[in-house]
Amino acid sequence: MELYLDLFSQPCRAVFLLAKVLEIPFEFKYVNLATGQHLGDEFGKISMMRKVPVMKDGEFVLTESTAILEYMVQKHRAPDHWFPSELLLRARINEYLSWQHTNLRAHGSKIFLLKMLFPLMMGCEVPKEKMDAAMEDLNMSLIQLENYFLQNKPFIIGDKISVADIVAMAEIMQPVGTGVDVFTGRPTLSAWRDRVTAQVGVELFKEANEVIMKAKDLSQNIDKTALEMMKPKFQKMFS
Amino acid sequence: MSLKLFLDMISQPCRSVFLFAKKNNLPVEVKLISLKNGEQHTEKFRKVNPLRKVPALKDGDFCMGESIPMMEYMAEKFNTPDHWFPKDLQKRARVNEYLSWQHLGIRMHGSKIFVMKPKAVLEVPEDKMARAMEDLNWSLDLIEKTFIKDGGFIGGEQISIADLVAIVEIMQPFASGVDVFQGRAKLSAWKERVVQAVGKELFDEAHKTILSAKDSVKQLDSSKVEYFRPRVLRLIS
Repeated sequence: MELYLDLFSQPCRAVFLLAKVLEIPFEFKYVNLATGQHLGDEFGKISMMRKVPVMKDGEFVLTESTAILEYMVQKHRAPDHWFPSELLLRARINEYLSWQHTNLRAHGSKIFLLKMLFPLMMGCEVPKEKMDAAMEDLNMSLIQLENYFLQNKPFIIGDKISVADIVAMAEIMQPVGTGVDVFTGRPTLSAWRDRVTAQVGVELFKEANEVIMKAKDLSQNIDKTALEMMKPKFQKMFS
Repeated sequence: MSLKLFLDMISQPCRSVFLFAKKNNLPVEVKLISLKNGEQHTEKFRKVNPLRKVPALKDGDFCMGESIPMMEYMAEKFNTPDHWFPKDLQKRARVNEYLSWQHLGIRMHGSKIFVMKPKAVLEVPEDKMARAMEDLNWSLDLIEKTFIKDGGFIGGEQISIADLVAIVEIMQPFASGVDVFQGRAKLSAWKERVVQAVGKELFDEAHKTILSAKDSVKQLDSSKVEYFRPRVLRLIS
């Protein structure tokens, strides 16, 4: 199995973590988003969607991390708690994985993009109202994660860790990597983070998040040609 | 019937849930909720879905939101034919792939066009509208060229939940006056296959509300316009 990944990307981190935790043998194929490698011809032959992660299992090519995660659990017959088959638990995990696209994922990504890419793409600092609105949205998602999805359970679907926790943690680390402290004043979230880290393994957690925790270095490492190529798309997004 | 579905047919995910439940003749009770009248904010509805969204499902004491998981729940509980949500590893992966992509693909862009079009609520600057149309066209191109299998459906030779979810999203900008099918022979042919598989009568019933939305927006009173305006602004900013 080949996994095309850039650990700057949240869905890539989730896929990487699960593959490692389940001890699925794979070849890590690095796709450097900061140099625009995903836009090149070589990567286009792997996937026309031009996004990461991509999984290539023999001849079968699959995009979309939630699809890849479910595929890996099913194919490798991982312990049931990762993606439970029981009707109500399955409904709960699916509910989280569906909700998160346009909530925690969208809002966490926006903070990252505004903090890390806005100044580079637009040539000025982020307007305060824009940043405040984005933080408000992120806070709402975190409140919903705590109060609706976690409540007083150890993990999202109950006593055991699942793909939902891996996905949630990957998304939360995105704004965290830019210096936003989401954990202070949130004991429920902090305790959950500690449990997830312990389950996954401290070393592995650190390895998966090494790149995002150095997000502030992005502006120095981003390739100038790639920057120019990506500018139109981001300027459209930011204006 | 112990399983209740809370729907507003103006909402795309409500329509896919409705189509799935009715096509499979599932023993469910449909309760209509009016988003326009703020019924999702009532105390009664909050007990069903604290996130205050539709569609919502209540099966005895079990409540949930999110249309795709709801359909998977019903598929499993009522043992619907396999093609809706295939158990085969790779077929399931293909369906999941589309269902994941579409959230920030067609769903986002189609919804934007639908709320931006009615001038009754907000006069959207031309360049913003143009960019939104560009995004919509990009999504439609991808669906046509990458997701729909030649002569078939998104997951393969048979219709699945992916096609229901796709068609209801595409109908949203269509209902606001954008002819998404013009110049797209493959998309149009796929639409016909989906309508046939679901049944024209059921398809039309599901889309009755949305297809008359253009006219009902013109009749919105000023308090409703004031309610929608900031929400539209937030969506397009």
